[in-house]
Amino acid sequence: MSAIDFENVSVHYGLEPVLESLSFTVESGSWVSVIGPNGAGKSTMLRALVGLTPFSGSIAIAGRSVERMRRRELARALAYVPQTPEHPAGMSVFDYVMLGRTPHRSYLGSGNSNDLAVVRDILALLDLERLARRPVSSVSGGEAQRAAIARAVAQQAPVLLLDEPTSSLDIARQQEVMNLIDGLRSSEGLTVISTMHDLTLAGQYADRLLLLADGTVRGDGISREVLTTEAIERHYGAYVRVVEDDDGAITVVPLRPGRQAELDEAPSER
Amino acid sequence: MVETTVAPTRLPATWLVLSFVALAGAATVSISVGAAGLSVDGIVAELVDRLPWIEAESDLSATASGILWQVRMPRIALGVLVGGMLALAGTSYQGIFRNPLADPYLLGVAAGAGLGATLAIVFGPDTGGTSLAVVAPAAFVGALVAAIGSYLLGTVGRATTTSLILAGVAVAAFLTSIQTYVQLRNTDSLRDVVSWMLGRLSTAGWGEIRAILPLVIVSSIVLLLHRRLLDVLALGDDEATALGVQVTTVRLVVLVAASLGTAAVVAVSGLIGFVGIIVPHALRLTIGTSYARLIPLSFVAGATFLVLADLLARTLISPAELPIGVVTAFFGAPFFLGILHLTERAAT
Repeated sequence: MSAIDFENVSVHYGLEPVLESLSFTVESGSWVSVIGPNGAGKSTMLRALVGLTPFSGSIAIAGRSVERMRRRELARALAYVPQTPEHPAGMSVFDYVMLGRTPHRSYLGSGNSNDLAVVRDILALLDLERLARRPVSSVSGGEAQRAAIARAVAQQAPVLLLDEPTSSLDIARQQEVMNLIDGLRSSEGLTVISTMHDLTLAGQYADRLLLLADGTVRGDGISREVLTTEAIERHYGAYVRVVEDDDGAITVVPLRPGRQAELDEAPSER
Repeated sequence: MVETTVAPTRLPATWLVLSFVALAGAATVSISVGAAGLSVDGIVAELVDRLPWIEAESDLSATASGILWQVRMPRIALGVLVGGMLALAGTSYQGIFRNPLADPYLLGVAAGAGLGATLAIVFGPDTGGTSLAVVAPAAFVGALVAAIGSYLLGTVGRATTTSLILAGVAVAAFLTSIQTYVQLRNTDSLRDVVSWMLGRLSTAGWGEIRAILPLVIVSSIVLLLHRRLLDVLALGDDEATALGVQVTTVRLVVLVAASLGTAAVVAVSGLIGFVGIIVPHALRLTIGTSYARLIPLSFVAGATFLVLADLLARTLISPAELPIGVVTAFFGAPFFLGILHLTERAAT
């Protein structure tokens, strides 16, 4: 069953087209990473899905049009972690994660015992218990990103949307976050859509890559199909070497200008 | 050992009780201090006597009893309503605008009230100065017209908090220019106008309190009920929307409630500055930034602050009185800086 359906989705900022007739489907339970150069429309695609950007065409979640869903309903179907989540000064990690329960409350309602239980479980699952009382604005970058993911998981939505989840993290924290998302996908049965700049990381974790460029889909498939030197040069304008190891994992290595000649003479392993 | 007890931030009941005790203490001191010396025993007996089924013999003279019930009590009651409402509205405005400099006068409420009051004083029936019966309704209408005008202008096209703030600044400047022109063309009323602008609680009678009480109660309840949504709004419009909150609706409801309450109290008290910005920030520095805590305590803290400020205003140069706005700024600013200094030292 498909979790998300985009059909001829276009977004314009003023007269400028950002997404043009975008169509694709995301299967339930899969992890799709959306890659593409800056300005390709990756974040805009996520924002259109969450209802933060007006679009033409149709977007459906589990067969239902997002335009027919109320805000709260949408927030129970999709959890969204923006590229730079806001971490309000002075708010404790516990209270921050508790905000993820907002779509399950009535307009003026406060948290009930079930909300508390959900949040406590998630804090334990994501190893955030010892930070629960700390202000979320004072924890490290990796911990803050874990708190943002915890808040999204607290929404108990079947689809998790992550905009550049590793962009400001060191290499170990990047792995930690990607492993965490992968673990949550299995344990909570989530469908994940993430936008990624790190092509190697994107290829190693996602089931499928969607390459966006100039507002439309330029590549769609498993990593070895999408991550080719030719596609990366054409759409990013970057010179890279793509290495595939024995178990099929793809590594994208940027090359210094001096080595372009070498690349041109012996294009690559693939 | 690592602390593992995790719980959401709530307002501890003891804090609320203590804040009410502080307010009661301030009110008691304010009732008993003044030009006419009233004995504490007598005041207590008078108060107890008003309770149902209890009779108490007061040793206050008829004049003293009159001063207690017709002068000091309404003045303190008005101090509670004005101080509480301004601080609560200030906290709410800072929440929906996510701007620490927001105060209850941000959408031109003060300028609108000022223009309304000036027009009433200059062109209204000659009742020998600032008769509240004429001035208060005019100030109230002026305040609401300004707030509604700012909201409409600030939400034309794509509404953002910045466009609202800028519309408020423009409306305030425009109304102030008219107010200044009218004031300068009618210098015979200058003293009355300036006196109204500076704000005071001295004109209070039970009539004005009865008039504004329903608005203050409704506005405070609405703001109190929205305290948790203000915490969600702290994430910014996009993230709050993605969490299922109708941001525009919440902002509009909170703005209407805070502006109505503010318009009601300034119509009676005149423009008392500083309370709506200093009390919320002093609270933030001491009890944290959670609106679940800030909103309920803002009212009580603002009320206590203004009752004490009024006590100083009427006793410092007795028998004359200082404008209360002068006191709130003159004593409030060093007090605020003191808290800022102490909390920064504690944090390092």
